[in-house]
Amino acid sequence: MEIVYNGNQDSRLYKAVIGETIDALMKEDEKVVWLDADLRGCSGTAGKEGDRYINCGIAEANMIGIAAGLSASGMKPYAHSFGPFASRRAYDQAFLAAGYAGNAVTIIGTDPGITAAFNGGTHMPFEDMALYRAMPEATVYDITDVPMLIDTLKKAKDMPGVKYIRVPRAGSFQIYADGSSFTPGKGVVLREGTDALIVASGIMVKEALEAAKALAQEGIECAVIDPITVKPLDVDLVREWAQKTGVVVTAENHNRIGGLTSAVEDALIGMPLKFGHVAVEDTWGEVGPLDYLRERFDLTCDHIARVVRELRA
Amino acid sequence: MTKEQVKKLQEFALEIRIGTVECIKSRGFGHVGGSLSVADLLAVLYGEVMNVDPSNPKKEDRDKLVCSKGHAGPAVYATLALKGYFPYEKLFTLNQPGTDLPSHCDRKKTPGIDMTTGSLGQGTSTAVGLALGDRLQGRDCRTFLIVGDGEAEEGQVWEAAMFTAAKKLTNLVWIIDWNKKQLDGYIKDVNDPGDYRAKFEAFGFDAVTVDGHDVEKLYEALTKKAEDKPIAIIMDSVKGKGVTAVEQTMANHSMKGGQEMFDGWLAELREKQAAMKA
Ligand SMILES: Cc1ncc(C[n+]2csc(CCOP(=O)(O)OP(=O)(O)O)c2C)c(N)n1
Repeated sequence: MEIVYNGNQDSRLYKAVIGETIDALMKEDEKVVWLDADLRGCSGTAGKEGDRYINCGIAEANMIGIAAGLSASGMKPYAHSFGPFASRRAYDQAFLAAGYAGNAVTIIGTDPGITAAFNGGTHMPFEDMALYRAMPEATVYDITDVPMLIDTLKKAKDMPGVKYIRVPRAGSFQIYADGSSFTPGKGVVLREGTDALIVASGIMVKEALEAAKALAQEGIECAVIDPITVKPLDVDLVREWAQKTGVVVTAENHNRIGGLTSAVEDALIGMPLKFGHVAVEDTWGEVGPLDYLRERFDLTCDHIARVVRELRA
Repeated sequence: MTKEQVKKLQEFALEIRIGTVECIKSRGFGHVGGSLSVADLLAVLYGEVMNVDPSNPKKEDRDKLVCSKGHAGPAVYATLALKGYFPYEKLFTLNQPGTDLPSHCDRKKTPGIDMTTGSLGQGTSTAVGLALGDRLQGRDCRTFLIVGDGEAEEGQVWEAAMFTAAKKLTNLVWIIDWNKKQLDGYIKDVNDPGDYRAKFEAFGFDAVTVDGHDVEKLYEALTKKAEDKPIAIIMDSVKGKGVTAVEQTMANHSMKGGQEMFDGWLAELREKQAAMKA
């Protein structure tokens, strides 16, 4: 895997990438169908025409149920809403009509965690990964960058079951080279190190790399792993690097309960390790600019570095 | 209503529009379309109809408001500020770090906000609960519920409507802000619920269609006594009402711009205000 991270913002917006990728998939495969819940303007699909772009209106539970039926009829549905409404609001439909009934549905929840920013606490899911992790056979992605998003959207098309993809709408930092290919359940080692392991997903991958860089200057060498899928988690890879380092810190834009932190803790039960986390401490979301929210919920590279230092002290 | 009362409400509605725009201007962007469409309604509710006490926002037998289309927060905040629930300057903290005025209405944060909303559809059931609780506790008061016409695509809205009519919850007044638009465009193009009034009538409401920018007609509908059927008001309104540039913008759900843009809007509103006072 080629890592191209250089600290510069990617000029491509996630939402534009979603719109372009889905449009390309539709042209390539006539079974692809896009469902939205009055948020086409937020998914980058606004203005894209065709009878396989279906606006369900503000009715997320109905949308996910329709997606399940479409799958049963042989279509390949993608369904989008903001993270809270793509998870909590439609969970029973996703769980039973899609998951339990064996229908293949790709669910995209935009603006996860603090990236909901100005939409505030009602729109700020810190629990969406927990919900989808608790669904048997579901695949859960916390998108790290544009190449990962493109590859994930493409591969999800022909994967069975429920795929939940959480992704911001706005910008990101490129980590992986364009055209990178990922395998669900296979994590990526972004950096090697023997003093501590940081397992980070989504917007926290960049923070983890920055923390590792800062710690290296103090002589602390951190390994950094992006799990790619939070479920299934690459248990073997995480255990291997936990063994090598003895200190493990997770970093996620999510409640510490039920998401990446829980998944990694589960994977490491019984190992003699020092364990820490950088995650939302079981609290509600709040409105404000993203930079403010990063500090407010301690989702920063500085905090990751602090936790690593404390565990090693 | 006397001519003076009508004029007073029209002036109040203009002040609410100005406050709404000033509130959104302070942040540089916000849900302006759906806020402006309910300004006249809020003026009538808080200016004449609702029994509330700004110095005692938690008074148990007050009339209550559930703005289920919680993104109209700025208009509700402007109304509450003008009524004295909190200082006017607070409007300029919209969505700032640590604010009490988030995008969507929040009962834990803002004095005078009776219910937390923002996840569309949910305010309808909580309004039912408020009204039912008041009835069970023998309080003589009403709850007013504002629902977006796009929001009415949510199934929960109709579950709550069914309950309201079936249980003859006459102390709950439903108001559908029928401004014909939602986020992605016109309701008719997205997922059309059809004839709102006929639907409410079919559930067993006493439903009326009222000009949403005529304070006199609104007053009449909002003060009508519900006999054995709950009242549903289909409020025929314009998204962005009162600011020409907003009304004429197709994508006016949430708008963003420089201070000059907002100042232009405010100039139009203040001109109307001066003309009314003259
Ligand atoms: C459950 C839910 N789904 C989606 C959204 C995002 N959203 C906020 S406002 C809006 C459009 C609302 O349209 P309408 O109810 O007609 O309100 P108005 O046009 O009066 O502003 C959408 C889709 C939300 N807040 N809640």
